[in-house]
Amino acid sequence: MRLAALLPAAAFAPHLPASPAASAITHSGQKTPAANAARAYRFVFSDWLSPLAWSAFAAVTLLWPNQSAGFTDWAYTKELGEGALVLAAIWAVLAFLAGFFVVAERQSSQTGKLTPGARVLAAFSRAAPWITAIAVLLALWEILTAKTGILSPPFFAPPSSLIEVYLEEYVRLLDCSVNTLALLGKGVLWGGVVGFLLGVGIGWSRRIGYWAHPVLRLIGPLPPTALLPLTFFIFPSSHSASVFLIALATAFPVAILTWSGVAGVHKHYYDVARTLGASEWFLIRRVAIPAALPQVFVGLFMGFGASFVVIVVAEMLGVKSGLGWYLTWSQGYAAYPNMYAALILMSLLFSGLISLLFFARDRLLVWQKGTVKW
Amino acid sequence: MVNPTESPALNIPPEEINAAPPEFHARPYWASAIHVQHVSHAFPTPEGTPLPVLEDVCLDIRPGEFVALLGPSGCGKSTLLRLIAGLEPPLSGTIIQDDAPIVRPDPSRIVVFQDPTLFPWRTVRDNVALGLEAQGVLKKESARVDEALLKVGLENFAKAWPHQLSGGMAQRAALARALVNNPKLLILDEPLGKLDSLTRIEMQSELLSLWRKNGFSVLLVTHDVEEALMLAERIVIFSPRPARILSEISVDLSYPRHRDDTVLTALRHEILSRLGLGKNW
Ligand SMILES: Nc1ncnc2c1ncn2[C@@H]1O[C@H](COP(=O)(O)OP(=O)(O)OP(=O)(O)O)[C@@H](O)[C@H]1O
Ligand SMILES: [Mg+2]
Repeated sequence: MRLAALLPAAAFAPHLPASPAASAITHSGQKTPAANAARAYRFVFSDWLSPLAWSAFAAVTLLWPNQSAGFTDWAYTKELGEGALVLAAIWAVLAFLAGFFVVAERQSSQTGKLTPGARVLAAFSRAAPWITAIAVLLALWEILTAKTGILSPPFFAPPSSLIEVYLEEYVRLLDCSVNTLALLGKGVLWGGVVGFLLGVGIGWSRRIGYWAHPVLRLIGPLPPTALLPLTFFIFPSSHSASVFLIALATAFPVAILTWSGVAGVHKHYYDVARTLGASEWFLIRRVAIPAALPQVFVGLFMGFGASFVVIVVAEMLGVKSGLGWYLTWSQGYAAYPNMYAALILMSLLFSGLISLLFFARDRLLVWQKGTVKW
Repeated sequence: MVNPTESPALNIPPEEINAAPPEFHARPYWASAIHVQHVSHAFPTPEGTPLPVLEDVCLDIRPGEFVALLGPSGCGKSTLLRLIAGLEPPLSGTIIQDDAPIVRPDPSRIVVFQDPTLFPWRTVRDNVALGLEAQGVLKKESARVDEALLKVGLENFAKAWPHQLSGGMAQRAALARALVNNPKLLILDEPLGKLDSLTRIEMQSELLSLWRKNGFSVLLVTHDVEEALMLAERIVIFSPRPARILSEISVDLSYPRHRDDTVLTALRHEILSRLGLGKNW
């Protein structure tokens, strides 16, 4: 079991009630008798609900026979139930430990800082209501499909069928994910860089603005997907056409928001920098761009959203690989479980990308913390 | 340019001179002289007739001198400072620093604006380092940044973000950002205007001791007659817009000065009456 890895023994050892000698001194140097730690146990209802919910889900899956669906039984029903049981056991252990350590550590450390092990437990506590909700949703899904057949095949499939798809198709799904990511990466990189440079240029230089502004105004509002037939015709391959369209979709919001960010920088900042001896290049690099960066990120978020639309449509219509293509392909073969599997994968990938962008923003814009409410 | 023994007109008591660091005596050799010669300026208006803001202003600042500008709000004081800083060219007349006309901003003349205008995306230390970075000497001279932070008492806030500073601390950081460049002329546009009266008094004496240690020339715009009297060697009074120089008053009083000094009280009456406020006193 993975449990040992999840709960680093060292993090907890000093507090274990079983070893009173070691628990005499906590990390903060305060004396905390072992008896105190034992008494500090707190029963957290929402923590304990999650193993219960997962056990219930396991019971439904294992004990309630599947409705016959006119073909051989759904595969992996037993594995799904057993997996749910294992998870329920993990949640139970975490709920038990969280009741012991999170509260106790919060009380014993003045700084409010927790040891790594207790942080894992605190994270579990925070996530517990969602863990419970997911079990409830999975159980409902399983009941509506496999158990009662209210939602019937081929359009609906039970959760266990997703396991089947992922186990049998993972090579192809992986391949599709890689292709989608590569295409998206190329397009977004080009679009982001070009849009950013264009935005800075328009915001900074009147001459660049004179030429770029009207073009941007005319081409920007066109939905890039409307250009799909045209670009597939002009570009040598559907791949390069898609890169171009994704770049276009990303570049427009990035350019507009970078431009408005640069144009909105307060004149006083430039005055200060100029009296300190700044060159024009320094003003762009060290004043205009950092001041506009929050806006640039807004543009990037919008650009990401637009690029997701374009790539899926492009893959559905012309590109012969990728998750969008997989969606149309599985629909063509009426392989609906495959479609659900691909959709879930896509949602995880795209939300992962957005999280990455959030992470980058949080790193680059630490200075905004405390000045604005995100 | 100027012999240290004959200038500037600082009537420092002997014990004060002994207390001052050695570089104090060197200041007149390198501090800047400014000559504002018949400068007039106007701003374009939507109606087409330009708005005259400065009218034939002549003003000389000797090296190491502390000059204060007083005048009604909106008369054109900040405009004059912007011209001297080199941020804008005057419509007519010339402004000369030492022997060369001022045509563009230069780190030898540093402005501290009424707002601290710290860059919110830089830590306090990086804000103070801005000038050295812009001049491309940060690597060599980074010790000066810490020195400047020490001078204004912000050494423990080097890594803080500007929004974590109080108003007075932010203004001190802006002062450090100016001082780190070893300016020959420090241009201060109501730098203490927004501070509460206690912090203000504290900052005034800090400013005074910085000036006396470093020896740069200072041009200070203020709304506060008492502040001008406490700090400046010479006070220049402007008319309402368009600004003309109405009169100049020398404050021949040694430092540190005392607020209730009878000479200062008399001068305050004098200045207020020249500003047209005599009756209120
Ligand atoms: N960039 C500008 N464009 C047009 N008019 C301006 C500009 N800057 C200043 N003015 C005008 O010039 C006049 C003088 O402005 P200035 O800022 O120099 O006044 P001030 O003496 O510093 O006033 P205060 O003491 O209130 O700061 C004002 O009437 C103002 O409206
Ligand atoms: Mg002003």
